[in-house]
Amino acid sequence: MEYNCYPLGENAVLIELGKEINIETHQKIKGIAKFLNDNPPEWMIEYIPAFTTLTIYYEPYYIYSTFGTENIYEYVCKEIKKLLLKIPIGDENEPRNIEIPVCYGGDFGPDLEVVAEYNQLTPEEVIQIHSSGEYIVYMLGFAPGFPFIGGMSEKIATPRRKTPRLKIPERSVGIAGMQTGIYPIETPGGWQLIGRTPIRLFTPENNPPTLLMAGDKIKFTPISYEEYVKMENELL
Amino acid sequence: MITVKRAGLLTIIQDLGRCGFQKYGVIVSGAMDQTAHRIANILVGNDENEPTVEMTLVGPTFQFQEDALIAICGGDLSATINGIPVHLWRPIYVKKNSELKFSACRNGCRAYLAVAGGFKIDKVLNSKSTYLRAGIGGLNGSALQTGDQLSVGHYSILAKKISSSLSKQVKNGYFESKWGVNPKRLTATQHKNIKEIRVIRGRQYDWFTEESQKHFFRSPYTITNQSDRMGYRLQGAKLTLATEQEMISEAVNFGTIQVPPDGNPIILLADRQTTGGYPKIGQVIQVDLPIIAQAKPGEKLCFSEISLTEAHYLYMEREKYINEIKNGIQLKFN
Repeated sequence: MEYNCYPLGENAVLIELGKEINIETHQKIKGIAKFLNDNPPEWMIEYIPAFTTLTIYYEPYYIYSTFGTENIYEYVCKEIKKLLLKIPIGDENEPRNIEIPVCYGGDFGPDLEVVAEYNQLTPEEVIQIHSSGEYIVYMLGFAPGFPFIGGMSEKIATPRRKTPRLKIPERSVGIAGMQTGIYPIETPGGWQLIGRTPIRLFTPENNPPTLLMAGDKIKFTPISYEEYVKMENELL
Repeated sequence: MITVKRAGLLTIIQDLGRCGFQKYGVIVSGAMDQTAHRIANILVGNDENEPTVEMTLVGPTFQFQEDALIAICGGDLSATINGIPVHLWRPIYVKKNSELKFSACRNGCRAYLAVAGGFKIDKVLNSKSTYLRAGIGGLNGSALQTGDQLSVGHYSILAKKISSSLSKQVKNGYFESKWGVNPKRLTATQHKNIKEIRVIRGRQYDWFTEESQKHFFRSPYTITNQSDRMGYRLQGAKLTLATEQEMISEAVNFGTIQVPPDGNPIILLADRQTTGGYPKIGQVIQVDLPIIAQAKPGEKLCFSEISLTEAHYLYMEREKYINEIKNGIQLKFN
């Protein structure tokens, strides 16, 4: 496995596995994340998988006092080298398939018309294209449970709003450039909002606290406003 | 029970952070000045991760409904007990019905109040740290409000020993120990107009123009008003990329200095996002993070370069000193 290590301060090392976002790099990162999850090294605190990198956090003093080395970063890089050799290549686990119901347009999707107009489509066509795609969650970041999703059709790509909204309601589904995403908590943001899901993406009482995880496959299913209200009442 | 009589500007419960959930995009949070937080806990015989109360610039007032063993560390917010000024960095025994009041900020920005036994609060995702944006942790996910009440947990064996040694000499409703910690050995205390911050080069340091690289390590940067627990926005010589490069979001850390397209650097702090998409020009070293946490808007910072090896050396020295403090207190009460 080809990779490069870079320090991210005294307590983290960033492993770069590719220079651009693609499925191959994503699979490698998923493989490493799974391995770390199942076999956490004793010096590791936690890890963050991202598009082309995976970052491991550690406690430098633990390494110093447990393994008696002053070359902390060297030690960590050597351990990573050993660890990456153990990771099976091509042993791909089936991704989880998650369906996300979305009530498109109306008050939930105030920018659906904008997306349609920008791409010279009707709102119905935007919904059809958005809900027929197969998507992959590359990573979670930005906010708790916020998925960075790949696989959206170019036909509905729309630039961000010039002025971000100060408050985007939680569970809003939006588009920003070539990306689509869902806001797990209320935050400010510049995405074009096209709908809302009744499903919670971040439940801090649960472990894991998020509906989605890096590597998941997702599909959006259009639902009516009545179905939305019914599901929201059942779920929240 | 401890009652919040007046809440102050931003008074929040923090521990050492919500670790282990960053892969789900969950923000770490935790005390901004982790050294002050840890020492405050150590002085009252607590585990270092017990939650403390973090107070910012304008401090709160507390009323004690029971006897307590406390320590205040970090910035100087003019703490008084029953109207009498008390010292920072030492354990203090406080009698029931006493009032602990913080007022003007004389030095630094954030003070930490540790209470022996910690606070009885439910953990959310393995931490008691408050993360305001998601409304989780602390007391009902929010900052402390006037009228809130904090329940104190069980004392450790060491806390009981420290407490009983001080309780015999109470005067005016409290007693301060004669011993404490000298903070000068923990953090390079700086009273200069420009605070010097040591920085390791960031992963995208080479992306910046030679001129920007020079400016970054030479010119002063002012902390703007747009600064909070998430990050400090700085103003100074603008930093520009040599060529436009696409940056793919990747992990960031406490103290990461990233540069958005407007060229004004941002230092990411306790409530930072887990990942970021702006080029990282540098990384503040761990032992200098408390200097940042204690710096206020309007103050100036100046960055100087240090190697990772040196930074690790300084980190170990600090940890060894904190261990010395812990062992010293243990021995004293054995």
